[in-house]
Amino acid sequence: MTRYIIRRSLTAIIVLLGISFVTFLLLHFIAPSPGRAALGVRATPAAVHAYNQQHGFLKPFLVQFVDYLNQLLHGNLGFSFVLNQSVTAILGERAPLSAFLSGTSVVLAILVAIPLGIFQAVKRNSVGDNVLTAVSFTLYSTPVFLFGVLLIQIFVFNLNLVDANVPQSQTLLGALADFKDIILPIVALTATNVASYSRYQRSSALDVLAQDYIKVARSKGLSTRLVLMRHLVRNAALPMVTLVGLSIPALLAGNLLIEALFNINGLGLLFVNSLQRQDFQVLLAYTLIGAALTVLGNFIADIALTVADPRIRLV
Amino acid sequence: MTQMDLMTAPAAPPEGGDLMVLQSGWRLAVREFLANRLAVVGVGALLFFVLFSFFGPLVYHTDQTNTNILFTDQPPGAGHPLGTDDLGFDVLGRLMKGGQASLEIGFLAAAIATVIGTLWGAIAGLVGGILDAFMMRIVDVLLSIPFLFIVLIVSIKYGASVLTLSAILGVFSWLTSARLVRGEVLTLRVRDFVAAAKVMGATQMRLIYRHLIPNALGVVIVNITFEIANAILAVAALGFLGFGIQFPQTDWGTQVSNSVTEVLNGYWWLVYPVSICLVATVMACNLVGDALRDAFDVRLRRR
Repeated sequence: MTRYIIRRSLTAIIVLLGISFVTFLLLHFIAPSPGRAALGVRATPAAVHAYNQQHGFLKPFLVQFVDYLNQLLHGNLGFSFVLNQSVTAILGERAPLSAFLSGTSVVLAILVAIPLGIFQAVKRNSVGDNVLTAVSFTLYSTPVFLFGVLLIQIFVFNLNLVDANVPQSQTLLGALADFKDIILPIVALTATNVASYSRYQRSSALDVLAQDYIKVARSKGLSTRLVLMRHLVRNAALPMVTLVGLSIPALLAGNLLIEALFNINGLGLLFVNSLQRQDFQVLLAYTLIGAALTVLGNFIADIALTVADPRIRLV
Repeated sequence: MTQMDLMTAPAAPPEGGDLMVLQSGWRLAVREFLANRLAVVGVGALLFFVLFSFFGPLVYHTDQTNTNILFTDQPPGAGHPLGTDDLGFDVLGRLMKGGQASLEIGFLAAAIATVIGTLWGAIAGLVGGILDAFMMRIVDVLLSIPFLFIVLIVSIKYGASVLTLSAILGVFSWLTSARLVRGEVLTLRVRDFVAAAKVMGATQMRLIYRHLIPNALGVVIVNITFEIANAILAVAALGFLGFGIQFPQTDWGTQVSNSVTEVLNGYWWLVYPVSICLVATVMACNLVGDALRDAFDVRLRRR
């Protein structure tokens, strides 16, 4: 167990190093001259050169990479020349809202998808199962922004229940001041997550249903309810841990698109705006954080699974 | 398919040889695929959208080069079955033009990703050892970087055309197929026919091209359909954010980029027809992919 955790941590660290190398490489080639970005288009080449020299951007590639790593370890994600502010501060300001949005929708999606998938597996090929499969398949093929547009059409324009704009406050509490306006984005994200999770949950539950211990439990005379609660749900829901860990890049992408659609002042909208401003420092810093979150998510999922499932520990 | 080979091999007539067995495995898969009604619907839908986008303009002539600012945002009516957009282009013709870009990018990106991924996975799986560990760590690294993020960043710098966008999408989406092929190769390379080929003096390259890739093809083909669906979705997301194909070219994602404003104005013909095309195409790819997976997976086959 301990050996597994150590080995798993080592690979995670290697992958994190690789990720920071990739973001550094991209930053180096896409935005090669920070001096130009900092001093503007009218600065003389000599001034740009002096700036680059002074800030260490002319050192050898590997030396610069080590500097970059050193800065990262101290929590410094770089400096945005466009916003004239430290990237860490910019990202930190907006993180709570995005974290709330993604976190809520993932938790809701899990709470809906597990019972839904198990229901579908138990009532396999019934009308209910087929309808749910069709719905989740359609949702699974629908881009999240189109689903969001559909929600806006129905709930904002037709029914006039909520506003399509989330309050433009920088703080989480400010944005939640008009709570009903953030319901639509959460519903859109939750629904697309449920679509992918419940498909997986259904097939995982089908696998478990075919196992001998379910037959044993049934033949012992346990009620269907007990078999489902004690034996099926626990075993069938375990792979969900891995799935959530793996789906982090998709979650971040969904968050980005939904924040752009509903104009929510979080990290996703910041990313879209930074694309328009060509603010590569911010873009790559957020990419780095997203990748690190993915590695961390997979790591936690793997460890959690070994703790929860003794069968994996033996391997 | 491979298990099928083993089962049918002794029964096959000697003169049939390797090829006969291979064909019958394929034929079984095809029969299984055609028995799946949803899959046939998926293939039909895909064919329809390909014909619609590429041959539609030959039948249904519209002016997609000159804007007509006196005739913008017209609802569907005579002469314009799906109305006109904010620049006065005929929407039906625009859909065909957008479909060309979206489908081209989908197919091309999937092709690029599959070629890179298959070779990468086959080499890593066959050579093994340190090289394998190194190559797969690269896959791990790239796989944990959020796909949409990296594609957006690179495309604002380098991409605006069908070719560059396909290249960018392809270059960042070969990771799943590399993992799949590597897994497949790892199980294949200890099989007897690979050992036999080695004993007969086959080179590594011949092993990869002649024995490993053909046998791993089932997995690869299934993955291609999902890659196409993902590439179409990704390019739609890029277009939606305004970083897709640049004007005067267009793609389905770009066509919904102003969707909220259009929905607000009640211009439903600018949002829903293109949404239906997009969702139906992606759904068709996913249906075909699911059916192919079932057709190739011998364990799931009804005997």
